Amino acid sequence: MQYMHKYASPKFFYTLAGKLTPWMAALTAVLLVAGLYLGLFVAPVDFQQGESYRIMFIHVPAAWMSMFIYVCMAGAGAIALVWNVKLFEMFAGNCAPVGASFTFLALVTGSLWGKPMWGAWWAWDARLTSELILFFLYIGYMALEASIDDPRRAARASAILALVGVVNIPVIHFSVEWWNTLHQPASVGKVGTPSIHPSMLAPLLLMSLGFTFYFFTVALMRMRNEILERERHTTWVAQLLESKS
Amino acid sequence: MKTRHKRLAIIVTGVVGLTVAGLFVLNAFRSNLVFFYSPTEVLEGKVSVPAGKTIRIGGLVEKGSVQRSPDGLKVDFVVTDLNKKLPVHYEGILPDLFREGQGVVTQGRLQPDNTFVASEVLAKHDEKYMPPEAAQALKGGTFTPGGETKKP
Repeated sequence: MQYMHKYASPKFFYTLAGKLTPWMAALTAVLLVAGLYLGLFVAPVDFQQGESYRIMFIHVPAAWMSMFIYVCMAGAGAIALVWNVKLFEMFAGNCAPVGASFTFLALVTGSLWGKPMWGAWWAWDARLTSELILFFLYIGYMALEASIDDPRRAARASAILALVGVVNIPVIHFSVEWWNTLHQPASVGKVGTPSIHPSMLAPLLLMSLGFTFYFFTVALMRMRNEILERERHTTWVAQLLESKS
Repeated sequence: MKTRHKRLAIIVTGVVGLTVAGLFVLNAFRSNLVFFYSPTEVLEGKVSVPAGKTIRIGGLVEKGSVQRSPDGLKVDFVVTDLNKKLPVHYEGILPDLFREGQGVVTQGRLQPDNTFVASEVLAKHDEKYMPPEAAQALKGGTFTPGGETKKP
């Protein structure tokens, strides 16, 4: 616990995050450029869908991120509730806009793919509906957090909302197995027979890794801003501002 | 530390309890949450389909069953779940992925003579992604360039 409080002190974290972000941003750029190049130029066409399948290099990682970020957000919220760590409160709060963006991206790219392939922009099947609910959960989380003035109370209230919404995550994941859905089952992560060709899997994984680093980069940058704002009355922030001006 | 453990316990029980409750609810609504029925479910009366009610049928387009009218907009095909078969009539534009032997979900009305008049046809994609050469190697040469449906 002592370690947690040392590393979780806003001042220490502000400096650490400031050192980490340029490297993480560079790594994000490298991964995304490599992923997009392999995905859009190197990977072969699909035997059924032709070129149109390439939208999955954005769609699938975005959908994974939408769920991963939600779990991060709820997990950080739970840690903040139990141990009262400010840093985790801030992390949870800063997950939400990034997660909502990825959810929106997944919904839009899926819809653009669905029209030519399925023949419909949208279908009320279990996978699509539960992903839309996830988007509403993010929006609700942000609305609740913004509606309470005291940041600590806001973080507690929204953490509870996030924890209740965790129910939706396994529903999204297993929806394609539990029910008849229009959405296809998962291609990646099955044990045994791989249902995606390695030449297509490589860019997909690169893009996912790139999106993950993008998320952490943005989250750290947002947290640095929030730390400065929340701690603006402390001496270390005053000293920092003085040394910069 | 004691209050912290208490809070942790409350959160863990809360999340687990909610998840279990949620899964029970979803399980209870299972039959209402399916996107489509299979031909077997409909033809053997496992689901009650009131006359004239719009439903969705899902299955595979039977190989060699697609017949297009000369003007190209009227299509007849058979949806099968490899147990029962249901003939479908449809008039309209088919999605890109509509192929014989591939998955399809079609919305429409069941007729008294156990045929199906569709108002919408959606292609259901499977989870397989591979280059044409790999598909050809697997299937032994059924690939047609451009991904066009073979005429029966």
